[in-house]
Amino acid sequence: MIQTEDLHKHYGAVHALDGLNLTVESGTVFGFLGPNGAGKTTTLRILSGLARPTSGRASVAGLDLASDGRTLSRRIGFLPEEPTFYSWMTPREFLDYLGRLHGLSPLERSARTKELLELVNLAEAGKRRIGGFSRGMRQRLGVAATLVHRPEVLLLDEPVSALDPVGRKEVLELIETLGGQCTVLMSSHILADVERVCNVVGIIAKGRMIVQSPREALMERYAQPVFVAETADTASARRWADRLRIQPWAAAVCVDGEIVRVTVKDIAQARKELLASAVAQEIVLRRYEESRPSLEDVFLQLVNKEAAQ
Amino acid sequence: MNFFIVLRKELTEQWRTKRFLIVAAVLVVFGLTSPLLAKFTPDLLKSIPNIPTGLAEMIPVPSVTDAVGQYVKNMAEFGILLVLLMSMGVVAQEKERGTAAMLLTHPVSRLNFLIAKFTALGIMFAVSLAVAALSCWYYTLLLFTALPLGPYLALNGLILVVFLVYIAVTLLCSTLVRTQGAAAGLAFAALVLVAGIGSLPRIGEYFPGRLFTWGAALALGGGDPAWPALGVAAGIIVLALVSACLFFEREEI
Repeated sequence: MIQTEDLHKHYGAVHALDGLNLTVESGTVFGFLGPNGAGKTTTLRILSGLARPTSGRASVAGLDLASDGRTLSRRIGFLPEEPTFYSWMTPREFLDYLGRLHGLSPLERSARTKELLELVNLAEAGKRRIGGFSRGMRQRLGVAATLVHRPEVLLLDEPVSALDPVGRKEVLELIETLGGQCTVLMSSHILADVERVCNVVGIIAKGRMIVQSPREALMERYAQPVFVAETADTASARRWADRLRIQPWAAAVCVDGEIVRVTVKDIAQARKELLASAVAQEIVLRRYEESRPSLEDVFLQLVNKEAAQ
Repeated sequence: MNFFIVLRKELTEQWRTKRFLIVAAVLVVFGLTSPLLAKFTPDLLKSIPNIPTGLAEMIPVPSVTDAVGQYVKNMAEFGILLVLLMSMGVVAQEKERGTAAMLLTHPVSRLNFLIAKFTALGIMFAVSLAVAALSCWYYTLLLFTALPLGPYLALNGLILVVFLVYIAVTLLCSTLVRTQGAAAGLAFAALVLVAGIGSLPRIGEYFPGRLFTWGAALALGGGDPAWPALGVAAGIIVLALVSACLFFEREEI
């Protein structure tokens, strides 16, 4: 449904995309992950027809972007990271306007506008001017705007970044339900969200795809056990982390304030030695747990490995 | 056709954001005050205390020529300035705010996007100019004499052509840059350039500014036609629009 082959995008000396190969199968919800500046937004802008690749091929919904780009807009829905609208319009007018552009009949437009405003919880604000909307409301309206014409492919750039927890939950549930109806490519830096709704994950760094795999397979392949400990103070956390890094069973040790996060290669050995190490170093622990590896752990592991190369 | 859907949105936007009313009001004020100023300026001058002896007698009796002259002068100065102010941000602002990116991922061609904006601006200035012209014609009738309708319509048609030239050039400037401020700077530079070249003795005959003098002479029942200037004006409009469309078609939003 979405495919890129050796996609390059250069902005002067900056290589935003450096041979990106991406395949998104029909009907999947694809989580597109990467650190800031990895090339996620550039990829989505190229796939939506707003930007052109320097070289390489890209196709969306069976349309080659180089030759069939003009008909692309009828098949896709694109949500930019910060959706903007005409501030003088109301959400109803805006969705009706898009419906007109997509050739919907007056009856269809009216029904679709009502349905979408209810779907994104904006029915009560349907007659208010968009200019007075919060960022979260604009984001929800943006999601509705991408769905007006029931596209085959949805390209969502950080679709829930501006939403409060309730709004985020609702939009994520919506995206999850869309999975069976259309193909979704969603970029996000909130890994828990991706873990929750995406069934396939791709991780991009420095403009290249590091890994692309079904979520469960990725977790099985890359997730290593993680121990999380909270120390009494930052200094002892750092001191202990320095000690742990030289242990052969430790794959990675991260310190975030008083929290020490240890990714391990040999879980049995770690279980035996980790607490002993804390006692030997006279580290006072407030909390200690063996946690379930998350997508975040996999992401950090892969991105750090890529950065080190 | 999506062109008409976009045009409808542009016209609604002009109405809701009060731009249409502002343009109409400003042009009507200039239309109304032109014959008034022509009629009463000599009286105002004469009423100045301690006016040097003999100067009052030298001030000519106002006529319909002064009314038309004042109207043309107002449109050539303030009308064009208004065109620039209203047109300079139309594309740059949409690129800057992100609404262009939002809209262009839906079925709106970049050509339709630009031409709808040009057409909407043209309609706004044409309607506003028509109302301004009517008010000027009526006050001229009250204060002086009736202007012949045909030639007066021709004068306003030529004024509209000059307005369209500046709308097209400003639209091009707005397309070439990404911010409203840069578009304003470029548009004023273009205005100064066109006005500067137009004031040169021989070359000026072929520039759009010549249409004002032709129109004024027409309205007063005479004057040499300036067909080359009209041709150049049409050429500038076409060239500016084609350039804007070609540039915008290739631009990454």
